[in-house]
Amino acid sequence: MIEIKDLHKSYQMGSNSLHVLKGINFKAEAGELVAIMGSSGSGKSTLLNILGMLDGADSGEYTLDGVPIKDLSETKAAQYRNKFLGFIFQSFNLINYKSALENVALPLYYQGVPRKERQEKALQYLERVGLKEWATHLPSELSGGQKQRVAIARAMAAEPKVLLADEPTGALDSTTSYEVMDLIQKINDEGNTILVVTHEEDIAHMCKRIVHLKDGVIVEDKKVNQVRAEQYV
Amino acid sequence: MFDIERWQEIFDTIRKNKLRTFLTGLSVASGIFILVILLGFGQGMQNGIEHEFKQDATTSVWAWPGVTSKEFKGLNPGRRIQFNNDNFETASSMFKETVEYESPRIFVRGITVNYGKEALVYSIQGVGAEFQFIEGPKMIEGRFINYQDETSTGKVAIIGKKIKKDVFNKVDTPLGEFIDISGIPFKIVGVFSEMEDREEERIYIPITTAQRVFNGGDRLNSLSYTLPPVENFDQAVAQAVNFKNNLRTYLQQAHTVAPNDNGAMEVWSAMEEAKRYYGLTGNIKLFFWFVGICTIIAGVVGVSNIMLIVVKERTREIGIRKALGAKPWSIVGMIMHESIFVTAISGFTGLIFSMGLLELVGPHIEVDYVLNPSVNFQVAFTTVVVLILAGTLAGFVPAWRAAKVQVIESLRDE
Repeated sequence: MIEIKDLHKSYQMGSNSLHVLKGINFKAEAGELVAIMGSSGSGKSTLLNILGMLDGADSGEYTLDGVPIKDLSETKAAQYRNKFLGFIFQSFNLINYKSALENVALPLYYQGVPRKERQEKALQYLERVGLKEWATHLPSELSGGQKQRVAIARAMAAEPKVLLADEPTGALDSTTSYEVMDLIQKINDEGNTILVVTHEEDIAHMCKRIVHLKDGVIVEDKKVNQVRAEQYV
Repeated sequence: MFDIERWQEIFDTIRKNKLRTFLTGLSVASGIFILVILLGFGQGMQNGIEHEFKQDATTSVWAWPGVTSKEFKGLNPGRRIQFNNDNFETASSMFKETVEYESPRIFVRGITVNYGKEALVYSIQGVGAEFQFIEGPKMIEGRFINYQDETSTGKVAIIGKKIKKDVFNKVDTPLGEFIDISGIPFKIVGVFSEMEDREEERIYIPITTAQRVFNGGDRLNSLSYTLPPVENFDQAVAQAVNFKNNLRTYLQQAHTVAPNDNGAMEVWSAMEEAKRYYGLTGNIKLFFWFVGICTIIAGVVGVSNIMLIVVKERTREIGIRKALGAKPWSIVGMIMHESIFVTAISGFTGLIFSMGLLELVGPHIEVDYVLNPSVNFQVAFTTVVVLILAGTLAGFVPAWRAAKVQVIESLRDE
């Protein structure tokens, strides 16, 4: 599903060049649930940005579902993001003046789905994350866990190939974190490919595979026995 | 444009920022308001000037003599030129084709005028029958001098309305009354009115009478003409200039005056004067447009400013949208749509108010050189186009800024 080869990225910091990614090789098959771990400064966010087509790599190859991702125009990148990727953020990033339903329907709007169908579909996804009754509520009326579940529903709504989650539990207490992870595990069970960036060991162990990043290179890549989050909920 | 979702978003943002949107709208509305009022007055001035010129026949051309200032063919400068009947008649036959009405004029000077025992101090002018159509006195009672009077050296007089008011206030009508000019009785046959009081303090008598009775010989003080009306203004000006030059050339030759001696005789055309005024109104209109547009620009800068703040406030939201797959142009469209909407609505409000005001107040304005200020459909249409352009312009910079929002930076947690 995802394949990157010898990926390099450096940032210019004034006169110094900061080499963040120093040749990453990574491959993820369809249906995988991968945790990307690393301390801050290890390059995990940069990697996620490149995977999310929000940033370009300096060199190396990136293939997503057989499509080479290279030298994209902004419009093309927007199209690919919309079609291939679903984002889940630490701070949820819901649009605060739109109801839960409208938030979930937003990626469908950019796909050009007609209004009616959009709302039906959005409601369907809200139901899957267990928030159907909250459809008309504004994000400010929801708890942190609920917000993140709306965000997950939004990420799912466009039916992307890959879900990218950047510290999805970073802003949540542990009980809520496990609830969210439970949801992510269930979505993965249905065959969706999910990448989770985290620095929490317990969250990482709820994935099926852990990739350790340190100083811009992958130092460890291992399969783990998945801990089901269900038991903590 | 007809995207419900986008309209909803615009209304959402407007609802959330009522005061801000209102103030922005106000600046645009007042800009349009001022522009339309200014343009209306520009039109009013043009109407007013056209109206003023209609009083005296606008195609009239006048010639009067002066003093030579250049030596020519052995004649010394400082020679006083005197027009005579021969000049008038020759010119008359020369320009028969081009001229509509023509009349000579003589000022009768140094004589006394009495009505009964009352001495009158009014100027007396001997003119031809067609003078009525050239100078444009409006007959309010009786008639003007006619050809019969001219050929028979009739002793008739036409007096101005002011004279009637000042002198003949004791009789019902001055018609049929006699005034004494140098001891000769003249019968009053007409009363005329003019735009200005000064021009109503005149007594017209037939030119022939003036020359013969008052020892005028064949002298003339001025020649006056009107030219036939033509389709458009530029043609009329060209015709007037052409005739003016021909007339001057003839008069110069007749009196042996150097062709470049401008002081020897004056040939004046109302059309050229009118053209100068029209040119002036044109310039004034241009100036009004300029001021109006500047006002609108101030409004537009306001909208632009507000939209920049909007974009800044919504940076995160725009970042989210981009992450979800919004194309740059859809972001540009969203911001521009809002900006055009705000300018259009407030602009139309300004337009309606100003047009309403002109419609209500315009017809009641009675000032010299300003008549019925109004805007026509074309101007209103132009204003609308200006508005929409302004909205687009106001939205573009902020929209561009929005489209360039970096997703990573905008979503970074503070």
